[in-house]
Amino acid sequence: MQKQAIFQSRLLPFALVAPQLAIVLIFFYWPALQAAIQSFLLQDAFGLSTSFVWFDNYQELFNEPAYFEAIVRTFFFSFAIAVSSLSLALLLAVMADKPLRGGALYRTLLIWPYAVAPPVVGVLWIFMLHPSLGVISRYLRAAGIDWNPLLDGNQAATLVILAAAWKQVSYNFLFFLAGLQAIPKSVMEAAAIDGARPMRRFWTVTFPLLSPTIFFLLVINIVYAFFDTFGIIDTMTRGGPGKATETLVYKVYSDGLLGGNLGSSAAQSVILMVIVIVLTGIQFRFVERKVTY
Amino acid sequence: MVEEEGFRRYVAHVILWIGIAIVAFPVYIAIVASTQDNALIANGQMSLLPGGHFFEVYYQTIFVGTSGSTREPVANMMLNSLIMAILIAVGKIAISIISAYGIVYFRFPFRMPIFWIIFITLMLPVEVRIYPTYKIVADLHMLDSYAGLSLPLIASATATLLFRQFFMTVPDELLEASRIDGAGPLRFFWDTLLPLSRTNMAALFVILFILGWNQYLWPLLITTRDDMQTIQVGIRKMITTSDALTEWPVVMATAVLAMLPPVFVVVVMQKLFVRGLVETEK
Repeated sequence: MQKQAIFQSRLLPFALVAPQLAIVLIFFYWPALQAAIQSFLLQDAFGLSTSFVWFDNYQELFNEPAYFEAIVRTFFFSFAIAVSSLSLALLLAVMADKPLRGGALYRTLLIWPYAVAPPVVGVLWIFMLHPSLGVISRYLRAAGIDWNPLLDGNQAATLVILAAAWKQVSYNFLFFLAGLQAIPKSVMEAAAIDGARPMRRFWTVTFPLLSPTIFFLLVINIVYAFFDTFGIIDTMTRGGPGKATETLVYKVYSDGLLGGNLGSSAAQSVILMVIVIVLTGIQFRFVERKVTY
Repeated sequence: MVEEEGFRRYVAHVILWIGIAIVAFPVYIAIVASTQDNALIANGQMSLLPGGHFFEVYYQTIFVGTSGSTREPVANMMLNSLIMAILIAVGKIAISIISAYGIVYFRFPFRMPIFWIIFITLMLPVEVRIYPTYKIVADLHMLDSYAGLSLPLIASATATLLFRQFFMTVPDELLEASRIDGAGPLRFFWDTLLPLSRTNMAALFVILFILGWNQYLWPLLITTRDDMQTIQVGIRKMITTSDALTEWPVVMATAVLAMLPPVFVVVVMQKLFVRGLVETEK
């Protein structure tokens, strides 16, 4: 697709794209390239000499049980966060789609958590569910649950999932509501005239028509769980206890922070890049279909 | 049938209010905690109703900071966050709109390769290039500076795509008309295209401001000086020390203050926010 009416100029267009191009080359491509090169190098303990080691860093990484566990954990978190926040958001959106009094107010009251930063989300949730001072922990203990997410890995993971899902409900709600409102009323009326009960109407008409939205949100939620949970985890559990809440991104951060193995950290970055490329690819394929549809 | 409809509506109201309660509860607890005495909270005896220390806690938080771990007034952190958020939002919009203009309204060598180079940055979020980027910023002596906080995040494939799409829909007649009036490319951009892009820019600004204000990993890495901390980084440092020393009312007041600007933006500019969100995800 190209514009017919254009300007003639030799230098101006380059001047216009130059700032963005400079930023992109200096801060995006150069570091990405550095990471890629570094991932094939091995530095000795004193940083004095480096040697080219082919895929040794990658091989070592995949032989490391902790890395494999981090992969599985990250996918599990993504799945749990996506499913829980998508289903709650869908329920709320279906309710808010009805012609209710105060509909606009409901929307406002449900979308604002989008604006809460991940580290703040972490602080809010660890405070509520803190083992010694959390207000909810009191009731959990009264109910006979031995609640201590700072010591128990499974409880820590649950906490991260809950907090991350809480924040994402607002985003999913907004897109579901938009998706629902785009469904023509005539389709629903036709189903109603055919005698379909509301529940049946939802599963046979609404849900299939929403499937593009659901798929799109699924990808967005997985990306969110991969990258944006960093702040939540960092303020809440710092990847602990043990490594119970260490995701792939958190591992790159903490491995790099401890210094040590540059090659391994670079290899981890490259693997994350590949994951993002795949996810973005899926997203764009889908978006193209949406446009033609 | 009619009665049943009424009942269903009633159920919908109830479910929505339960949803709102779930969403609001953590924030309610934060607000309540920020008005109470630390000793009470530390004992695990926090009340679920607001306490009487509102002014004292917020005064301390905004102008003094915690007495133990950070000692940096939160007002200063908020100023840093504000500067960073505005630099990121304005910077992204500015460089994206001019590069989209260049790509749509001119023919020049490497036009499409340049477009793709910008586009592919979508796949390079800061999380996947943390340490090499850190090293470059350090080499450029931009650690602990506003330039370091904002410049590396200022490229935007999404904004460029959005403006490109929008420019494609602008009728060619407008360009012909302004050409007849003797306007050159810069004049046309400034007098015709920019005014037309106002709503898009505003919607984008809302989203990008929130995005900038909520940055965490990047400021965490490149700020070491206390007076360059953003509020998101500051709040994390407040709970670094052992639990017994954490000043929870101050931490919670900081959390409330950290939420205030972006939540305010979402609620007050809801139309622009929704528009921006939907458009940037397309």
